[in-house]
Amino acid sequence: MSLPFIIIAFVTLFAAAAAMSLRNLVHCALALTVTFAGLAALYLNLDAQFVGFAQILVYVGAVAILIVFAILLTRSGDSPNQAVLAPGWFYGIVISATIFTALGWAVLNSGALPKQILAAPEATVKSIGEALMTKYVLPLEVIGLLLTAAMIGAVVIALKEPAKTEDSGRKS
Amino acid sequence: MSEQIHHAFEAFQRLTLVEKTDQLFVFLKHLILVCIPESLQPLVSGLLSVVLIMSVFPGIFAIITVIERKGLGRIQNRYGPNRVGIPFTKIRLCGFGQFIPDGIKSLTKEDIVPRDADKIVHFLAPIVMLIPVLLAYAVLPFGKNMTVSDFDAGLLFFFAVGGAVELSVFMAGWSSRNKYSMLGAMRAIAQMISYEIPLILSAVTVVMIVGSLKLTDIVAAQNYYTLGVAHWFVFTPWGLVGFILFFIASLAESNRCPFDLPEAESEIIAGYFTEYSGFKFALFFLGEYLGMFAIIGLGITLFLGGWTAPVSFLTFIPSYVWFLGKMIGIVFVFIWIRGTLPRLRMDQLMNLAWKFMLPLALINILVAGIWHFMCPDWQRWLVCTAIIFGAYVVLGRGLMGNQKLGKRTYRFAE
Repeated sequence: MSLPFIIIAFVTLFAAAAAMSLRNLVHCALALTVTFAGLAALYLNLDAQFVGFAQILVYVGAVAILIVFAILLTRSGDSPNQAVLAPGWFYGIVISATIFTALGWAVLNSGALPKQILAAPEATVKSIGEALMTKYVLPLEVIGLLLTAAMIGAVVIALKEPAKTEDSGRKS
Repeated sequence: MSEQIHHAFEAFQRLTLVEKTDQLFVFLKHLILVCIPESLQPLVSGLLSVVLIMSVFPGIFAIITVIERKGLGRIQNRYGPNRVGIPFTKIRLCGFGQFIPDGIKSLTKEDIVPRDADKIVHFLAPIVMLIPVLLAYAVLPFGKNMTVSDFDAGLLFFFAVGGAVELSVFMAGWSSRNKYSMLGAMRAIAQMISYEIPLILSAVTVVMIVGSLKLTDIVAAQNYYTLGVAHWFVFTPWGLVGFILFFIASLAESNRCPFDLPEAESEIIAGYFTEYSGFKFALFFLGEYLGMFAIIGLGITLFLGGWTAPVSFLTFIPSYVWFLGKMIGIVFVFIWIRGTLPRLRMDQLMNLAWKFMLPLALINILVAGIWHFMCPDWQRWLVCTAIIFGAYVVLGRGLMGNQKLGKRTYRFAE
């Protein structure tokens, strides 16, 4: 555990905790963005440049904006009056801590993982691009097709409805 | 240690005079680095580069604000700022001292925060704006051997940090609790997200041809000459289209006229920084201009050969002079456009991005692929130009749709 890792991990965890516990939803979204950026910093700390920058580009640049837009378009900016923590929060923490311990124990003691640390693989942007275009070209195409279908679906939903259903749309 | 200094001087002595002027700053940095203990070298190296960037580009920003006001004044047939010179003398420097009182004014003005504003987010927004913009300078090659941090995914880094600017705009607009701010922020985010796509897609063509995301590799791929003319990518059919798309998209990304809807003074006061005053306003102003310089710098690196000279007999001019000269030249064109074109409407803005620039950028990627795989003779020029021209005509006509434009009438003020 190096010093940069500890700093990044602390900031990421702190921001994640803030994202869960703040009262104002927009503050939560902004804290979540810090968490995304912290994850990207962790990737960069591991020399995974492509994943790190793609994380910033997609999550900080697009997903965070999407979240704040969704918050602004669906509810007013006033913070809710009820308590942040749900009533059974203590049991929740106990259960999740138990499950985490059990899973961690199982993973650390399983024989599926190689015990010795492998040499860090060379993952340059170029090698990732070559792998995507040769070995994994079919999954890439399938994802592209899926995203295109999703986009067409979004456009169909967003299209103006015909004039006769306009009144029923206004009521709902 | 004295031996190392001696070595550095010797290596510098061996260069020709042209190379000496070119590599002067690199040599000075190297000289400082050999004089300090090895453990401190990475820190001091980074610090020197950062100090240089932090002093040169805000300095250019200061000069550009005066040039912009004077240029706009000239275009609009009035005087720009022409008073401020050296105090207690008659020397006026054509008004180029204007930025100093402007800076002092913004430093001394009261910092007003609206009572209902979200104090923390309101405070953080200008900082969140400025940091990614400054980070973007880390990968730009300003000259030969003059890149702060030259890593593999440089271009990706540039676009990634650029994405964080949208967040700061949202923070500024939302935290001010002002309808004009919110409207401006919404407009800005919609515009930035829309124009980011043609921006990145037009840059993709260069990556396809060069085969690297490293910006120094991209410059090196353009740094050779045939018959004395440089092989800049802008001199190819796909490069020309890519450059024009990049240029328009960078105008929109930096919120410049004719894409200045986010801060349209006549509609929504100042958009997302309506509620900012004093030095926070100055920080937004600075961030906007530095962002504009950075994106112009990227455009130069991708399409205009970076720090290389256009013709081989001009290579004696130092590389950083070329880079800054090209940058200021394009900034001048930006100012010219601001003084000339009217502002677009929101629907026109979106139509231009999604119905014209995006398809053209996609076709341009196809053309770059064809260009790469056809044998390099006149035929590929013909094929690529024909495809692009056809696509341009079809898309342009399609965007016009069924609109019937009447005969243009001119009215003049008497």
